[in-house]
Amino acid sequence: MELLSGAEMVVRALRDEGVKFIYGYPGGALLHIYDAIFTQDDVEHILVRHEQAATHMADAYARATGKAGVALVTSGPGATNAVTGIATAYMDSIPMIVITGQVMSHLIGEDAFQETDMIGVSRPIVKHSFSVQRPEDIPEIIKKAFHIAESGRPGPVVVDIPKDMTTPTDRYEYEYPKSVKMRSYNPISKGHSGQIKKAVDMLLAAKRPVIYSGGGVIMGDASDELIALAKELGCPVTNTLMGLGGFPGTDPQFIGMLGMHGSYEANMAMHHSDMILAVGARFDDRVTNGTDKFCPTAKIVHIDIDPASISKTIKADVPIVGPAQAVLKEMLEQLQAAKTKPSAESLKTWWEQIEEWRGRHGGRYKTDDSKQMKPQQVIEMLSKVTNGDAYVCSDVGQHQMFAAQYYKFNKPNRWINSGGLGTMGFGLPAAMGVKLNFPEEEVVCVTGEGSIQMNIQELSTISQYGIPVKVICLNNQSLGMVRQWQDMNYESRHSQSYMQSLPDFVKLVESYGHVGIKVERYEDLEGAMREAFAMKDRMVFMDIAVDPFEHVYPMQVPRGSMRDMWLSKTERT
Amino acid sequence: MRHIISVLMENEPGALSRVVGLFSQRNFNIESLTVAPTEDETLSRLTVTTIGDDRVVEQITKQLNKLIDIVKVVDLTEGDHLERELMMIKMKANNGTVRAEIKRTTDIFRGTIIDVTPNTFTVQLVGASSKLDAFIEALGTSNIMEVVRSGVSGIARGEKVLSV
Ligand SMILES: Cc1cc2nc3c(=O)[nH]c(=O)nc-3n(C[C@H](O)[C@H](O)[C@H](O)COP(=O)(O)OP(=O)(O)OC[C@H]3O[C@@H](n4cnc5c(N)ncnc54)[C@H](O)[C@@H]3O)c2cc1C
Ligand SMILES: Cc1ncc(C[n+]2csc(CCOP(=O)(O)OP(=O)(O)O)c2C)c(N)n1
Ligand SMILES: [Mg+2]
Repeated sequence: MELLSGAEMVVRALRDEGVKFIYGYPGGALLHIYDAIFTQDDVEHILVRHEQAATHMADAYARATGKAGVALVTSGPGATNAVTGIATAYMDSIPMIVITGQVMSHLIGEDAFQETDMIGVSRPIVKHSFSVQRPEDIPEIIKKAFHIAESGRPGPVVVDIPKDMTTPTDRYEYEYPKSVKMRSYNPISKGHSGQIKKAVDMLLAAKRPVIYSGGGVIMGDASDELIALAKELGCPVTNTLMGLGGFPGTDPQFIGMLGMHGSYEANMAMHHSDMILAVGARFDDRVTNGTDKFCPTAKIVHIDIDPASISKTIKADVPIVGPAQAVLKEMLEQLQAAKTKPSAESLKTWWEQIEEWRGRHGGRYKTDDSKQMKPQQVIEMLSKVTNGDAYVCSDVGQHQMFAAQYYKFNKPNRWINSGGLGTMGFGLPAAMGVKLNFPEEEVVCVTGEGSIQMNIQELSTISQYGIPVKVICLNNQSLGMVRQWQDMNYESRHSQSYMQSLPDFVKLVESYGHVGIKVERYEDLEGAMREAFAMKDRMVFMDIAVDPFEHVYPMQVPRGSMRDMWLSKTERT
Repeated sequence: MRHIISVLMENEPGALSRVVGLFSQRNFNIESLTVAPTEDETLSRLTVTTIGDDRVVEQITKQLNKLIDIVKVVDLTEGDHLERELMMIKMKANNGTVRAEIKRTTDIFRGTIIDVTPNTFTVQLVGASSKLDAFIEALGTSNIMEVVRSGVSGIARGEKVLSV
């Protein structure tokens, strides 16, 4: 058997796990590992400019593929810079491995140079963490880390490696385990057939059913099963922010996103439904609004792989613990075998009602009251120019909500955004992580002039590796989302929500060797966008001036029911 | 309601801090907590008593179950169970009347006087937490100098066992 040092084992284990790219930044505690990286070509290291970006790149790769991405950061400040990225992945249940360097074992606890208790710091934001105590454990720990990160309800795993575990001269027999067994961790592989039967009976009897699906359908690779079930039932489907793309955005059965900035018809349908089939969604507060007023007439079936998501905020009438894919498949089989069908007549009445809602307020915004371009127009154009097929990686703010509302996602895993933590600065590194792994695909970062500046240093990484992402910056010269809340709740006192002293983004990106295009009039938008996408091997930054006073609507009225919404600056349900 | 939750977990470094961290992170309350190794050296047994409504306690057991180091979780209060806590209590006992009274009460509660000085008694008492509370109440707080309680340990009655 081959003898390897701890450092070499780390890199070899990643190779044996099928990892192509790792994203990281070196430092003292990692020098042995970086030396081991230098002497091989199986795993390519991408040098970011800030550790946060490394974690977002790894995270976005995972969102696009379902496989864990890997980030490598040094002890102390390197590790703490990764914290935001770990929390981002944790909140959205994304598989990721973060390898953190640590000071030598004998120095731990002595406030040694660049020592941070990373196991302690990351504890509330990881699925699990490992601290390497013996170099020979490294292969098994890395195998376990991937197994835990990717199975069950996915999540980030931290592997903390003291420097002396990687000493080049200490060598051990290396063998990568084919599988691992853990008596304390056995993710469930199938739902309870009796519970599924109960749900099917309810679905057959329902008069106003709605399917509410979320991120669990995306990460659980259950989109095909969801579509098949929805087609069999003929009922409306709404997605959470994290579930977009799980059901095709252009399908007539799709009624849009639900929740705080959900569509009028989706929120109305939820409120008036008599049966909600929730799949891989966690009844987040941005969805339910006031829980005491939530969907008063609906019975709830909740499918989730994590029992703790079920009845956490809203009590389920029929809980089903299991992977969305297996449960939906069995549900469809039982439905097809059933002797009765859902009542066509009630379904018809239900759809008439929904179409009436859709016709009344569905997806409208005003373009006539100002000469300025509307952010919604830009997203609609993006959807048109890319045929709804691009990977759209978003930052956080109004632009994110406009992208969610107006881009028509037809495929899963292509809408990549930070929902649970809402991390500004996520978009650009996320787009880079996706583009590196899918060089043939169109990868876009939708951002605001606020968010982009949170990880703008990555323009340099883009130059180094030639990562031709397209950035669509909806420049409203303000922290728009904050300003909207100030308009609505603080009599327009715009405390600190202006972005003063903005850079000239065109010149800025040009200084890194990229292409910048400024667009100020709607007439120029389509041409400029097509020109940008035609530059296949260049990073292009589109700085698009949009109406600084636009708000995102609908917007639910705080602590109301799902149907209580502002529909424009002056109109309320 | 008060619940006694028993947990078997891997005897790994950091496992305990994950449990304690979970309680503070999720705003769950801890009344008492005990932890010690079991006859199987790879496992520790932890008992936590907590107060919460059904929804909260359901979340506590589900969230505990999710921790990777945790092998088994059971809410002992869901069935018949035994509950014991150990208390050592040091009291002022500097005259004959007080000494006689402490001795009598200790006998009634089936405690043991385990240390004596001319001015103090130290009593050991084992039982359900409510019995320990009653003992303190019976003697009145004015003579108490120090109280140390182990926290609750629990086990199911009958043939039910918590094991891997
Ligand atoms: C500015 C802003 C505004 C927002 N507005 C909205 C809004 O209007 N509407 C909205 O919906 N969200 C909104 N969000 C996002 C919101 O905060 C939550 O992130 C989101 O609602 C959660 O989505 P989800 O319920 O699909 O759960 P996720 O966080 O995606 O969780 C997935 C669930 O699926 C389960 N799961 C995972 N894998 C599987 C599997 N294989 N099988 C079954 N289950 C599985 C998990 O256990 C979990 O319960 C907003 C965020 C921001 C930043
Ligand atoms: C790291 C971080 N800090 C603060 C916030 C709070 N926040 C949410 S949206 C927003 C404004 C975003 O501004 P911009 O990127 O310009 O987007 P816009 O809303 O204008 O489209 C802020 C400050 C956040 N989500 N993330
Ligand atoms: Mg802005």
